[in-house]
Amino acid sequence: MSDAETNRGQHDIGGLNVDSLIDRSEHRLSLSERRVDAMMNLLFAPDRKIFNIDEMRRAIETLPSDLYENYNYYERWTLAMEKLLIGKGIMTPEEIAAKVAEIKVRLKEAGVSV
Amino acid sequence: MSDDVIAPRFKIGDPVRVKAQYPPGHIRTPWYIRGKVGSIGGYLGSYWNPEKSAEGGDGKPDRMVYHVHFEQAQLWPDYHGNDSDELVVDLQDHWLEAASPQELEAGNLP
Repeated sequence: MSDAETNRGQHDIGGLNVDSLIDRSEHRLSLSERRVDAMMNLLFAPDRKIFNIDEMRRAIETLPSDLYENYNYYERWTLAMEKLLIGKGIMTPEEIAAKVAEIKVRLKEAGVSV
Repeated sequence: MSDDVIAPRFKIGDPVRVKAQYPPGHIRTPWYIRGKVGSIGGYLGSYWNPEKSAEGGDGKPDRMVYHVHFEQAQLWPDYHGNDSDELVVDLQDHWLEAASPQELEAGNLP
């Protein structure tokens, strides 16, 4: 691999041979996917401008390859939002972990498997 | 699209080469089209530079975005479609340099 080749983004795969065809089927958006989309719009909103759409895209494309390959479209969005919010000092990993733990307890109490 | 009026550097039909550059960072010009020769097909207006704004900020100054046409058969050695098939890529001004009609005629295959 040349030095230049190492700069090829993991998303930039046009013209490469792949093992499987791209899944182009559509699906009805789930509630959680709609919520991720809503959250993104709040973060982009002109009166907040926490980050812009290009920072978001860059954050998605530079996710570690194991995450990029194994998570779906909106899951990558959440990972990228988390990365940007932590990078900008707005949230800490500890705060996010504490909130996730709190939600898991709440779901468990409600009888939802997590 | 921006309200800034930017005079396009290239005319419709001008041969252009996509810069054969492979910098690190957030790049919007597809890898496979870099270094290839095509021709200007149209103007899409001027926009901020997303490669800059991806690092924060507004990505100003705005730059012209062009439709650039490439012959499919000149991009892929094993292309089996029609000879007249074209690929149109939206490219921003800073990724383009002038090419000669001879270079456009010669095509992109080795």
